[in-house]
Amino acid sequence: MAIIERPADVPAVVVPTPTASTNFGYFRRPVETTGWKSWAFTVDHKKIGIMYGVAAMFFFLVGGLEAGLIRWQLAQADGTILSADKYNQMFTMHATTMVFLFVMPMAAAFANYFIPLQVGARDVAFPRLNALSLWVFIFGGVFLNTSWFLGGAADGGWFMYAPNSSGIFSPSNGVDFWALGLQITGIASLVGAINLIVTVLNMRAPGMSMMRMPIFTWMAFVVQMLLLFAIPVITVALFLLMFQRSYGATFFSVEAGADPLLWQHLFWIFGHPEVYILVLPSFGIISEVLPVFSRKPLFGYPFVVFSGAAIGFVGWGVWAHHMFASGLGPVSVAVFSVATMAIAVPTGVKIINWTLTVWGGKLWFTTAMLFAIGLIVQFTIGGLSGVTHAVAPSDTQQTDTYYIVAHFHYVIFGGAVLGLFAGFYYWWPKVFGKLLSETLGKWNFWLMIIGMNLTFGPMHILGLQGQPRRMYIWTDYRAGEGFFNLGFWNLIASLGTIVLGVGIFMFLVNVWVTHRPGSTTLAAPEDPWDARSLEWMSTSPPKPHNYDRTPIVHDLDEFFHRKYEDVGEGDDHDYVLRASGAEVIAEEERNADAHIHLPAPSYWPIVLAAALPIMAYGVIYNTLLIVAGAAVAVMAMFGWALEPADAEPSDFDPPPPEPATGTELANV
Amino acid sequence: MSDSVISDTVKDAIDIVKDHADDVHDHDVHAGDVADDHGDHGGHHSSLGLSNTKLAMWLFLGSECLLFGGLISTYMLYRNRHSANLGPDQLWDIPFTSASSFVLLTSSLTMVLAVSAATRGDLRRTKIFLTVTALLGGLFVAGQIYEFTTFYREGLGFTTSLFSSSFFTLTGFHGVHVSVGIIMLIALVGMLSKNKVSGDNAETVEMVGLYWHFVDIVWIIIFTLVYLIPA
Repeated sequence: MAIIERPADVPAVVVPTPTASTNFGYFRRPVETTGWKSWAFTVDHKKIGIMYGVAAMFFFLVGGLEAGLIRWQLAQADGTILSADKYNQMFTMHATTMVFLFVMPMAAAFANYFIPLQVGARDVAFPRLNALSLWVFIFGGVFLNTSWFLGGAADGGWFMYAPNSSGIFSPSNGVDFWALGLQITGIASLVGAINLIVTVLNMRAPGMSMMRMPIFTWMAFVVQMLLLFAIPVITVALFLLMFQRSYGATFFSVEAGADPLLWQHLFWIFGHPEVYILVLPSFGIISEVLPVFSRKPLFGYPFVVFSGAAIGFVGWGVWAHHMFASGLGPVSVAVFSVATMAIAVPTGVKIINWTLTVWGGKLWFTTAMLFAIGLIVQFTIGGLSGVTHAVAPSDTQQTDTYYIVAHFHYVIFGGAVLGLFAGFYYWWPKVFGKLLSETLGKWNFWLMIIGMNLTFGPMHILGLQGQPRRMYIWTDYRAGEGFFNLGFWNLIASLGTIVLGVGIFMFLVNVWVTHRPGSTTLAAPEDPWDARSLEWMSTSPPKPHNYDRTPIVHDLDEFFHRKYEDVGEGDDHDYVLRASGAEVIAEEERNADAHIHLPAPSYWPIVLAAALPIMAYGVIYNTLLIVAGAAVAVMAMFGWALEPADAEPSDFDPPPPEPATGTELANV
Repeated sequence: MSDSVISDTVKDAIDIVKDHADDVHDHDVHAGDVADDHGDHGGHHSSLGLSNTKLAMWLFLGSECLLFGGLISTYMLYRNRHSANLGPDQLWDIPFTSASSFVLLTSSLTMVLAVSAATRGDLRRTKIFLTVTALLGGLFVAGQIYEFTTFYREGLGFTTSLFSSSFFTLTGFHGVHVSVGIIMLIALVGMLSKNKVSGDNAETVEMVGLYWHFVDIVWIIIFTLVYLIPA
């Protein structure tokens, strides 16, 4: 149950209250703590994190459905499930959805929920901007998908090369929806990045130096830095594309003398850091999971931190390896080829660190641990095929074949997605107060692992045999013989998709079984995994204000060191349990701070976010809508700027039931 | 302002070393928001000793650099792709653009004066200088509109050539930034008059100032690359 802070009755700490008590003198502040309003207008980073997760999960299922149709089409020769046109839309939107509407927002869900908890803060630096990010992302995602019902979705592939993106080759409004929708979700990412960077840099609890930060926060921090600088580049590209399609410019038209490679450069200067934006959050998650279930600290924490940062830097210098087949010239190709091999080094460092974390540990094979180990194995396979792309001559053979498709599904599904699932199982009791079923969890894990290898493994063979990606049919005539018969491996890949789908369905079943009305699942203990990092020092689920008193941090793995005492001598560490996790948390509760302020909810983030798709529809259909959307946006910004941080007592309806006591927090 | 930031930083550093148990009470009070940051730095914990708002504004401007970087690159790539008689050499009126650039740069000076007045708590001068800044900015935008109109009369439309598209996109984008800045300045004057700024007045003025200076600096780069360096 959420708690909304009311102005405290303590004159000593009251700062001069800004004057406006209502919005424009008409609306009162939203102060509901139950019902839909408590979610729609919330600024609580935890509720926002959960909403990010739910929305991303929805888009995951949409993207999965699209993938299923693609594989159904390719299951047999001369497939008839989809027309060529629908097939183009399907693979474009499958990739766009999975990248921009599933993995990125799901990572944002974890970052939103856990960064403030892991650095010991009450909330993010700008709670209302946080709500804005969420709603901009959701409205942007919905906007993008409305193109299905308005003449067809984008069909130029997720990197939308010219001239496929031009009006001649893509006459429907799909690409317009794509260019505008991604500008909108880009705003969400940018605002979120600024917010989370400030939170990490500025909101750390006393004693939490950068090198005592939990590793997930570190990796998420690197990701936000990448977003901060990558998003504007894609925004420029999308902006130019929008002018080309809606206002007659010719930025990418060869026939008008333009350089189509401009798009490729702009896209991949964003696109390659984007790869690390997708995978680094999962690296952070499993770097939390592996130590906990190995009963050892993370091996070489500084190396994991700095290799993450190194990936963040080097990730900017390898974009042209996506363009080896475009005729860059031998010098560029050589430089980017070497840089690409170099970036494998910090990635390899991470894999070694994880392996040595597990090495010699007392392993506890929970579902979260299985997913984390699954990531190491599957990602390494994808990483190795990645190194083969770094070799330019080899890459020239592989470009635009299923071999590439196999590679990036091993790194993105095997890397990013498995890590996110490890995070689900590891943090579920923290977020929802209940443990997911381990039995169903193991079904979930093994079906997903078997399914992904059946689906994506054969694609290596298909690709090396020459099956191009993005072809809507293949024919028996060219399918080849024996072991390398395309028909056989396409069928295996399509059957694998079914196994994979069942595996993901198991996760939904697991959530339903745990939380359905009348579920017999008991509340999880406060510290179910004997965890190490700070976020577990709050209750499960955490209170709205996170910590009863701001933690003072003395160590990396603060929570572990509060539970265990080192009785070893010198370099010989020997840890003895002094207090259980529940006792540590109870101790914090006993010493709760008075006067905890939380910012009040606000209408304006969701209103401002709603203005963006209106303007985007305006670009496609009618200029008047741009004006209308802009008017809404301006009104929302003024409402936002004039809104005081705290709700006035008069905003509360009904009046407070009783004078608040103790912590000055009113339970509503 | 900067003195207090520095001393805050030093104080925080010492406090952390001392494991400042007594400090915690002061520091955990707010969960921070733009509006929540009342500028009372003594009462706020911030790990870097820099306010959240200021850090956020710097990050935003860092991101904006890449945005303008992309647009400037596009222009530099396409600036020679035009028909013979409608290129930069035929169109630019350097004295005129120099004058309007001078106007914009002067507005940075008045912005600094506004920030300085706000720091001293001189509300009247703050509002005057903010208004002058907005007027100078408006003059610059008016000059840009005049310039665009002249080019258009000479035959350079948005879709005439790759050069024209990228030129109008880049400078138009900058013009929109200046216009947004003007709206912010006017709104700020209004909010200061009605005492509706939620947060510290001086810091809010400084935030708008940071944005304004950034837009000015971008113009210096655009003016140099687009107008002064011969194509």
